[in-house]
Amino acid sequence: MHSLKEMRREFQRAFNVSTNRVKVAIGLGTCGIAAGGEKVWNAVNEYVENEGLDVDMMSTGCLGMCYAEPIMEVHMPGEPRFVYGNVKPETAVEILERHLKYGRPSPEYIVGQDPRGFEPAPNIMELKDTGFFKSQVKTVLGRCGIIDPEQIAHYIAFGGYEALEKVLSEMSQIEVIEEIKRSGLRGRGGGGFPTGRKWEAAYNSPGPKKYVICNADEGDPGAFMDRSILEGDPHSVLEGMAICGYAIGADEGYIYVRAEYPLAIKRLRKAIQDAEAMGILGDNILDSGFSFRIRIAAGAGAFVCGEETALMHSIEGKRGMPRVRPPYPAQSGLWGKPTNINNVETYANVPGIIRKGADWFAAMGTDNSKGSKVFALTGKIRRTGLAEVPIGISLRDVVFDIGGGIQNDRKFKAVQIGGPSGGCIPASHLDTPIDYDSLIQLGAMMGSGGLVVMDEDTCMVDVARYFLKFTQEESCGKCTPCREGTMRMLQILERICQGQGGPEDIDTLENLALVVKSTSLCGLGQSAPNPVLATLRYFRSEYEEHIFNKKCPAGICVELLDIIIDPAACKGCTLCKNVCPADAITGERKKPHSIDPEKCIKCQACIMKCPFGAITKG
Amino acid sequence: MANFRDIIGAFKDKPGGIIEAYHALQKEYNYIPKGAVAEAARVFGISEAQAYGVATFYSYLATEPRGKYIIRICESAPCHIAGADQVIKAFERHLGIKIGETTPDGKFTLEFAECVGQCQETPVVTINSVPYVGITPEDVPAVLDKCR
Repeated sequence: MHSLKEMRREFQRAFNVSTNRVKVAIGLGTCGIAAGGEKVWNAVNEYVENEGLDVDMMSTGCLGMCYAEPIMEVHMPGEPRFVYGNVKPETAVEILERHLKYGRPSPEYIVGQDPRGFEPAPNIMELKDTGFFKSQVKTVLGRCGIIDPEQIAHYIAFGGYEALEKVLSEMSQIEVIEEIKRSGLRGRGGGGFPTGRKWEAAYNSPGPKKYVICNADEGDPGAFMDRSILEGDPHSVLEGMAICGYAIGADEGYIYVRAEYPLAIKRLRKAIQDAEAMGILGDNILDSGFSFRIRIAAGAGAFVCGEETALMHSIEGKRGMPRVRPPYPAQSGLWGKPTNINNVETYANVPGIIRKGADWFAAMGTDNSKGSKVFALTGKIRRTGLAEVPIGISLRDVVFDIGGGIQNDRKFKAVQIGGPSGGCIPASHLDTPIDYDSLIQLGAMMGSGGLVVMDEDTCMVDVARYFLKFTQEESCGKCTPCREGTMRMLQILERICQGQGGPEDIDTLENLALVVKSTSLCGLGQSAPNPVLATLRYFRSEYEEHIFNKKCPAGICVELLDIIIDPAACKGCTLCKNVCPADAITGERKKPHSIDPEKCIKCQACIMKCPFGAITKG
Repeated sequence: MANFRDIIGAFKDKPGGIIEAYHALQKEYNYIPKGAVAEAARVFGISEAQAYGVATFYSYLATEPRGKYIIRICESAPCHIAGADQVIKAFERHLGIKIGETTPDGKFTLEFAECVGQCQETPVVTINSVPYVGITPEDVPAVLDKCR
């Protein structure tokens, strides 16, 4: 068999040489681009050219610190790698002027340094010691933000495709499957089914033609780890899929990527081309006799296609509707052939397990949930981004240590985990370890790992309504419990938020939720009621306030708000009167004003306008 | 402008290629033009009902003309708690249309989107698939100006 060893050494040498040159790296994942990373890139490029500096420029994927994007890193020979955050085009040039010309870093913009074997600069925190990284392990995200995702040489230099080589040269199909089983890896997309057992079932299915599918239809609101992996380290997914193909006996793979991720699609296409050009994918891979091709199928905007049978229908060019299982995809999948489906993060875990061994992987995590998991931190949290932690760490560690707590010093209220299939967890359970089984006991689920953090100004009934609105709209309409049940539940929730809830509504909601959960055809319907059940479990009093007292304690549900002017604080400046679009405010200049609740449309423009804080919602 | 028959024909040998063909049509026309659904049914050997079913199942596919700039506002929970409602209202006010409508000059279409996976900074809006993050109602005129 043809070996990549020599080539890897060469790529490593080249990468090392490049790290000993002056290098500026800029994060150009979509999070970096959306924050203005390309503008920074252009400004830096122009500066470097105008000044005639000898600098290598490199684009990287997401480092996980989305809150600090745009991110720019400066490497000087013999110096640590300095990571600058929240960089603007002007500041980037300023920073480089000082750093490149005079060798002076700008600590005020630095989020951390990575000494990489050199003397660390004084008074600057090391990246790994910062609150954001301290409790993290970087295995799946190890290369994200470090390498240029469009350079296959970088991936190979960092141990890429070593696992595939190992599998093809020295492991039997059974040995690969056993290794994955022994690692304890469970699906990272939602259900958490043991990956090795899935592979085994597909291996045991007879037939000359089998498929490997990567589910990259990441649709849970609040989850974006798969996008980040595809944008920042696409080859790791290709390698995981190829290893799976070898193990189950498939020669063809599909990556089903949602249409919302154009950059991921672009980088995947390039990655596949580059791997084929080097003989790492395609026919007779590395002269091993094993052939494996990967194709991309782009989705078209349907959340239900994250369900595996719906996804396969979509690849086949049909409407993305789920079907009853069994037969499972392992028996009859894409075009009726045995198929293995895992999600992006699951495949990205595979090369590491093969390279470092199942024991290394199983040493992380808890008894029943091994390894690490990437979480997306969003909502009212200070540091939004991606964090990879050993499974079993507490929610408190993730939200407060890594995420830095709540924005604007507000109080933590709940965290929604697992998106629309999951549930919210209140402050009283913040010390629960995050693993598959503990979360289910709390009425939530791991799901894809989106964490939406909510503060005291969030209305939990409103949140439940929004998650249900999502699943209701995304319900494909095939089975009655999901189609009709979610609609009825949504109507009840809307009624409650509008102050028209009746005393029987909570019971009806609970009953409906249980019916939808237990009788829906696919995972979408079976999990759609979870956000409602979880909020009812932990925040029942908020529902009761809405229903019985017609009050929204968080002051979010517009119909339940009373906008009040405090006559003692009002100076009669007339600003509120002028801004009111409904002419609901009356009063003479220099005398306290008042609001006509009949006319008020609760737009709250007056609250924002009042310079004296005299107008409040109650 | 390419003929829709040629666009669809390019995918005829691709198993399950109809969705890709529809994407290609939209790239050219911004929607799936009249007649193209019947042509796709013929090329891919399925009934017109099935081809129409696919064209109308997915939220990215449209069978009616849309504006040059398709503005999709995310209203999933993370964006909602960050104040997407106010952003939606601001776009409607500035463009004088409601969600689901297209401006009379054919320039802008407003649509809802489900989560587009840019939750690091909410609320999120995409214009022709380019994400704009952390949008406030005050940002809306500047965002629109970029398209004008």
